[in-house]
Amino acid sequence: MSEIENKTEHGSMDGAKESAAKDPKNDTGLGLGVIFFILAFLICFLSGWLLFPKLLYSKHEQPFNFDHALHVQETGDCESCHFLREDGTFSGIPKTESCLDCHTDEPMGETEDEAVFAAEYVAKEREVPWYVYAKQPDCVYFSHAAHITAAGMDCVTCHGHIGESTSSRPYEENRLTGYSRDIWGKNIWGIKKNPWDRMKMNDCAKCHEEETGHKGYCFQCHK
Amino acid sequence: MKVDRRSFLGLGLGAVAGIAISPVGAKLTDDSSIWTQNWPWTPVPPDGKISHDQSVCTLCPGTCGISVRKIDSRPVKIEGEDTYPVNNGGACLHGIAGLQYLYDPCRVKTPLKKNNGRFEPISWQEALTLVAGRLGKIRENQGPDTLACITDTDLGSVPGLFSHFMTAFGSPNHVTMQTLESWLVQTAQTLHGSGRTLGFDLDNADFILSFGAGIIEGWGSPVACFKANSGRRQRGAKLYQIEPRLSNTAAKADRWIPIQPGTEADLAMAMCGILLQENLFDPEFAAGFRGGLNRFNAMVQQKYPVDQVAAVTGISAADIKKTAIAFAKAKMPVAVPGKGRGDGAQSLKEFAAIHTLNCLTGNINKKGGTFVKPVPGYLSFPDPVQDAVARKGAGKEKLAGSARELVTTIHQSDTPVVDTLFVYNANPCYSLNDPVKTRAAFDKIPFVVNFTSFMDETAMASDVILPISTFLERFEDVPSRAGLVRSVVGLARPVVDPVFDTRSPGDALILLAKTLGGTMADSFDWPDYKTCLKSLVPGIWKELSKNGHAVIAQGPPAGRVETNFAFLANNPPTMQPKGDANLTLVPIDNMRVATAVPASSPFAVKTVSDRVIKKKDMFVEINPKTANGLKDGGFVTVTTPAGSARVRLDFNEGIMPGVIGMVKGLGHGFDNKYVADKGVNVHELISPVIEPGSGLDAAFAVKASIAKA
Repeated sequence: MSEIENKTEHGSMDGAKESAAKDPKNDTGLGLGVIFFILAFLICFLSGWLLFPKLLYSKHEQPFNFDHALHVQETGDCESCHFLREDGTFSGIPKTESCLDCHTDEPMGETEDEAVFAAEYVAKEREVPWYVYAKQPDCVYFSHAAHITAAGMDCVTCHGHIGESTSSRPYEENRLTGYSRDIWGKNIWGIKKNPWDRMKMNDCAKCHEEETGHKGYCFQCHK
Repeated sequence: MKVDRRSFLGLGLGAVAGIAISPVGAKLTDDSSIWTQNWPWTPVPPDGKISHDQSVCTLCPGTCGISVRKIDSRPVKIEGEDTYPVNNGGACLHGIAGLQYLYDPCRVKTPLKKNNGRFEPISWQEALTLVAGRLGKIRENQGPDTLACITDTDLGSVPGLFSHFMTAFGSPNHVTMQTLESWLVQTAQTLHGSGRTLGFDLDNADFILSFGAGIIEGWGSPVACFKANSGRRQRGAKLYQIEPRLSNTAAKADRWIPIQPGTEADLAMAMCGILLQENLFDPEFAAGFRGGLNRFNAMVQQKYPVDQVAAVTGISAADIKKTAIAFAKAKMPVAVPGKGRGDGAQSLKEFAAIHTLNCLTGNINKKGGTFVKPVPGYLSFPDPVQDAVARKGAGKEKLAGSARELVTTIHQSDTPVVDTLFVYNANPCYSLNDPVKTRAAFDKIPFVVNFTSFMDETAMASDVILPISTFLERFEDVPSRAGLVRSVVGLARPVVDPVFDTRSPGDALILLAKTLGGTMADSFDWPDYKTCLKSLVPGIWKELSKNGHAVIAQGPPAGRVETNFAFLANNPPTMQPKGDANLTLVPIDNMRVATAVPASSPFAVKTVSDRVIKKKDMFVEINPKTANGLKDGGFVTVTTPAGSARVRLDFNEGIMPGVIGMVKGLGHGFDNKYVADKGVNVHELISPVIEPGSGLDAAFAVKASIAKA
């Protein structure tokens, strides 16, 4: 047998052995690959869904708890504290001075939160550094007057039932953008059930299209 | 089972698929795009309640009412106040940039004391004790008249309090800078008697003959003048502008008449001669002419014949005659004196000759004419309490009639004539002609106390600096001036708490007087400046505090006006610029550059054309015919008897051949990277020329030569 023939013979024999190993019935390597795929898929998918939001948002407690329900009950409505000024601008979150219309540095009730307010802010004449859940970025011009007075909308449409809350939930801030979590919405998938669940530009545009027939122009909000 | 590369492949693919289907991708894409639009280091001003505070701007003699927009307690914008009778809602570029002065890099933040050539911060108490100690010694040495004081003006309660302080202390030496208003008061005094000033009804006049007045370049009350000029075009009133260069005012005028610089008085005299000769003067008004009208007439006919004046001024005899007759025949003619802004070096002869034209037409104290009106006397100061030392000192003769004269006297004297000098709201070391000599004079004064908000050239030459609140941080009464027909007093009110450890000048003086004690404390028996102001203006305080202003007089003043020709009939000499070089350098007033205190804001400097200043290089306007082979934009050295400067050339066919022009208000030497170290201070090139009739600097120009640098 020539050397060449010999080689060919061994070569063909090796080939036969390899083709036996590729038989699907004996393919344990592929099976393991599938298991690894599924495991990695599940871990990453679940992390992206459940762990990622926890990493993306930092949580801040408000300076002290605020009982909206109690204040609405005492004052009657939202406008007592969050009002439009004479010139049409919106007062936003009241300054300590406005709170002093009713409060003094002596607490009226018995909650610990009011004691903190009286001692730390009223007595020391400081403003409460509230975190604002609904704060839109600075590049957005938003007129409350146009929506409340001109379009006759009520607060709940955009702000939800915050007036019925008895305590302040933690404020969550996007570490990357600095936005409040309420802009994207609590649901990390971006799914909304109620109009107030999310307040991104498309949400403004959608409502404008429904109500006015047009999404609106860039400069109306981005001045 | 064996872990092989396919297992790892499965792991990788699984991870990618898991991430892809999770919300991570969509959310991070959205967030990162938002992140790029909201750089976290971009400053964002805090939101708050919007309000508007009314006040009055005191940056220039314009006295415009302003409305300051505030967010909560923070002022964010200055606008013209609609209801203010001077500017009616208008504002100029210096006014709208007024907020920059609050945070100016040059602001004096705390009292300072000079120690071995360097300033060190001290407390208000230390500063007041230091100054009071010095003043106490002066009085012990029986020389209260060696205290002198320079203020920008003598109008209003703050300069009034300085005057009150000087009298109570026992010094007659309170002098002021040369302003348009001081020239107008002196002109009125020369022709009509003391206690009067002039106003020009540019809103209604139908023929304005301006002898170089920069009607839209900062003359008088700038915003009021802008408005008058716009109104003029609408109602078809004529403006003839007589000046050596095609200024913005000349460009907007119906006629620009170029004139050899410094011959304006001769032209006005010749025009008076024409009016008298042609019998074009008002016979009714002429009944009030005193002091030798005939002598004056004979003199102008003899000394200022039209042909001779035509040769001197460079205006043809026919043009002079035509213009004079057009002026005299107009229904409501007004001749306006005061070159450029009308402040600084001018000439009493010129002012008087130009105003005589007004007198001859008889359009005095009539709508659309010139108002000879009383200087508003709304302030009632109590008599200062003087002791024997003060009475003796105050009775002495005044060292000088103006800041210019005081500085010259100090500079020329071998012995120290002034021991202590107060300076308030003035920068003589920059804005008087020949500031090098002014600084030398300041070096001779043992003790200089500067009441100032900014570390300017004069502050740097001072020994103690008392930091003063800016106009946005304090109360002050602001009387209208500078050729306005209405007499209005405005109330500047603090729109913001003092940003630094500063006080109002009134408060600083009251505290100083109290520290001195004795009769000084008795003379300043007010708890603070606001109470003092209230007591000084009892008649109008209610109106002032309610409306922000009080109109003292409007409409033509009643009563007969007498005109005295004695001053002009003696034919006072026309001043000549110093030097014998072949070119005449004239300072130019540019609306965008402030020339007094404070210096221009960073915003204003940014608006100046790069044909005036480019980076640090200053331009000098020159007619191409005069350039003699030099290049446009090329560097040259300008040399005058007072000094020389390296500048660039700006070829401008709108300036007369033989004349070169340089903008005033640049070349500051203090520490402000936005404003200072740009260009040249034109005053450094001009030597003062004292006019005998007024005792004031009349150096409207200087002779100069240029050579390639």
